[in-house]
Amino acid sequence: MSNVILRMVDISKDFSGVKALDGVSMEVERGKVHAICGENGAGKSTLMKVLSGVYPAGSFDGSIEFEGEPVAFRSINDSEHLGIVIIHQELALSPYLSVAENIFLGNEIQNRGRIDWNRTNREAQLLLARVGLDENPATKILELGVGKQQLVEIAKALSKRVKLLILDEPTAALNDEDSSHLLGLIEQLRSQGITCIIISHKLKEILRIADTVTILRDGKTIETLDSHSPDTTERRIIRAMVGRDLNNMFPPREPHIGEEMFRVENWTVHHPVDVGRTVVDDASFSVRAGEIVGFAGLMGAGRTELAMSIFGRSYGTDISGTAYKNGRQVNLRTVDEAIKNGLAYATEDRKRYGLNLIGDITVNVSAAALSRLTKLGVIDRNREYKVADSYRHKMNIKAPTVASITGKLSGGNQQKVVLSKWIFSGPDILILDEPTRGIDVGAKYEIYGIINELAAQGKAVIVISSELPEIIGLADRIYTISEGRITGEVAREDATQETLMHYMTAGRN
Amino acid sequence: MSQTTAPSRRKLPKLSINLRQYGILAALVVIIILFQILTQGRLLLPGNVNNLIQQNAYVIILAIGMVIVIIAGHIDLSVGSVVALVGAVAAISMQTWGLPWWVAIILSLATGAAVGAWQGFWVAFVGIPAFIVTLAGMLIFRGLTLVLLTGGTIAGLPREFTAVGAGWLPPAFGELGGRDLLTLAIGAAASVGFVVQQLRARAALRRLELPREVGGSFIARMVIVVVAIMALSWALAGYSGMPIILIILAGLILLYTFVLNQTVFGRHVYAMGGNLFAAQMSGVKTRWVNFFIFVNMGLLAGLAGVVSTARAGGAVAGAGQNFELDAIAAVFIGGAAVQGGVGTVVGAVVGGLVMGVLNMGLSILSVDAAWQMAIKGLVLLLAVAFDVFNKRRGGSR
Ligand SMILES: Nc1ncnc2c1ncn2[C@@H]1O[C@H](COP(=O)(O)OP(=O)(O)OP(=O)(O)O)[C@@H](O)[C@H]1O
Ligand SMILES: [Mg+2]
Repeated sequence: MSNVILRMVDISKDFSGVKALDGVSMEVERGKVHAICGENGAGKSTLMKVLSGVYPAGSFDGSIEFEGEPVAFRSINDSEHLGIVIIHQELALSPYLSVAENIFLGNEIQNRGRIDWNRTNREAQLLLARVGLDENPATKILELGVGKQQLVEIAKALSKRVKLLILDEPTAALNDEDSSHLLGLIEQLRSQGITCIIISHKLKEILRIADTVTILRDGKTIETLDSHSPDTTERRIIRAMVGRDLNNMFPPREPHIGEEMFRVENWTVHHPVDVGRTVVDDASFSVRAGEIVGFAGLMGAGRTELAMSIFGRSYGTDISGTAYKNGRQVNLRTVDEAIKNGLAYATEDRKRYGLNLIGDITVNVSAAALSRLTKLGVIDRNREYKVADSYRHKMNIKAPTVASITGKLSGGNQQKVVLSKWIFSGPDILILDEPTRGIDVGAKYEIYGIINELAAQGKAVIVISSELPEIIGLADRIYTISEGRITGEVAREDATQETLMHYMTAGRN
Repeated sequence: MSQTTAPSRRKLPKLSINLRQYGILAALVVIIILFQILTQGRLLLPGNVNNLIQQNAYVIILAIGMVIVIIAGHIDLSVGSVVALVGAVAAISMQTWGLPWWVAIILSLATGAAVGAWQGFWVAFVGIPAFIVTLAGMLIFRGLTLVLLTGGTIAGLPREFTAVGAGWLPPAFGELGGRDLLTLAIGAAASVGFVVQQLRARAALRRLELPREVGGSFIARMVIVVVAIMALSWALAGYSGMPIILIILAGLILLYTFVLNQTVFGRHVYAMGGNLFAAQMSGVKTRWVNFFIFVNMGLLAGLAGVVSTARAGGAVAGAGQNFELDAIAAVFIGGAAVQGGVGTVVGAVVGGLVMGVLNMGLSILSVDAAWQMAIKGLVLLLAVAFDVFNKRRGGSR
């Protein structure tokens, strides 16, 4: 039997005139981990959707062979039937159903038309053990963090007797601990003979786990590399991805730090539902004009909650504490007040809080600052279009026009729309929550440049990030947060991963 | 230079959007032609065109309010009952309290707005889903109507009042060959206004180097609209002249198209329907927007109440039965999405006209009322199915 489990030949797909894939060919060997890299909008997700039948045969050109047989999937059920399972960039679990129910959703274990709950739960338990998740199968999905949800997705894939598992940016939303658990699990699956295709922007983890790397650019295959060869380095992959060398991860910057711009004192926030629980505990911090301040912490440390509660109390109940802008106390009771006081908060969860996905780029870019484009409540649509178009160029958003629907952009390009929206709101204090999540290396560099430029304009910038190298590379000063408390403040010179990690885990048991 | 290639790339999405809008219009045209044939030309007789407008004005008025409600992700089931309540208030204030007709109209509109404020309060500030609030409203306001009218009917309303629904502008310019000149003049003025407005918008786009519709399609669209306006005024001029209600309708269509497309309020409505959380996190005062959406719906329901009471010449407790369903159907036929975030005033109006032509055509053919209902239901289903099919094909092409 041939060693090639999957062969895709000359795949092309276009969306009403926009070529997303342009003659991509690729071979995947059985029992290997095959990584796909490429810039935002290169066509990675689209290629996987073609493979898994999300886009049915006939809606694209080219041919697919699986286990030596030509295949033409009409739907995702067809591909799952043969053991191809895709876990999408955006997880697709039903929040109010239990873990066991989710695992067997659409595949229920039945006994003469009735669901056999005993077997369902027992088998779910076995699958959870295989992925190393120690949870009761009756737990509801919404009670689990993203890391665990990801494992449930894999358990679900295993329940379908998966032969080829496709993971689209599985670690984008995970912290280091959860990521490395997940990568370990993928290695374990490989040893059980399951083939994996993994898409990721994190090149380190690709080099750690993949056997082969295929690089896409602008919908074309650039090359396929053997990742065990010594020539295959991060630098080599980046060059193939962006088409040129990228020498530094961070653009050069000379900080010009001015007066204190924003200060928060004794900020305490309680959980919106479980009101007895303190989510942010007596936090105090400050940012200066022209300064970039990093918030480091583990997933669930309360960084997002701190930021959102400051941004017009959009999270939490029973919030106490005071905020000062330029030394004067300010009220930030609603999002509108926060924006009027010059705050901006670019969310980490763009689908939920960041974008109107059925709206076009224009309405999203202008959403937080319509007042800049209106007179007496009437919007100047022509100017709005020009503004949006200028951001499309400036931020290098890959879309044919600003009339493109944001929901149809690739993940990274959606992120750029969120950033554009908040930059256009003209804030003095900009809080960026995981600004480079799901963004390719080249675009990361661009976004760091934009952040630097904002600081150079005298704005105060707060960056929340789970990637320590990013925080260390960007920030002038770093606060560490653990269990809702600020546990440390580290200057750029003293910041190393070890010191930060030490403070980030302080007080945890 | 890049400028030569950019516009041709930009044309694509614009055009496909327009095609969807035209899809609804094309359906209307097909239905009109179909009934024109089935009724052997009687559908478009001047008298019938006139009645079509006067009889269905209420659907269009309600649909304009309803499309905003639906874009924002809500629904309003109470408008039929509100129409009846407002009718009762209007009739009582004139017949029992002896108030002048114009005070009665103001009072009616205020009643509608107050009802809207009541429902808006529960939806926006208490956070009860609109489905529940307006379901309750449907019962509450129908009940109040019955109380006010104590089961009876109030008829014999003043002529000035009934003119709103069933009257015409006086023939100020006289007639020529049996056609009212004022009506023709208004039609001509509307055509010129439309063309001038379109040309100016296009000129603004050119000045700012923004993408424009292709010339051919632009001209074709203007010719079609102008021909339609002139044909309509020709027909009306040959009957009793310009119905007052048509002037009101035209005003509403222009006003609300402007509100939804050009104002902050309209943009906030779309933003909330598209993603409520994202709208909140962008500083939209979602509660107040919701509140005003319902106040506005109440106000328009009040107007529909005035219009339909005027047309009927009196108030009955059973008025406005099923009006909410007609309005909701019109909005969905007009391309709005059940999940919210999508819809246009023009679409809703065309949807209302589809319902109206069906009503009219089926009546002329003297189809039984029971069958009329079944046919309208089927048309609603097919229209939305067509739309869904269209979108799906557009998505995976
Ligand atoms: N449903 C769609 N309709 C129109 N265009 C689409 C659609 N889906 C994807 N595209 C376009 O196809 C291109 C490739 O998108 P894709 O999602 O495959 O990128 P990606 O490589 O996964 O990027 P990312 O790293 O940002 O997730 C993009 O330009 C995108 O805008
Ligand atoms: Mg992707």
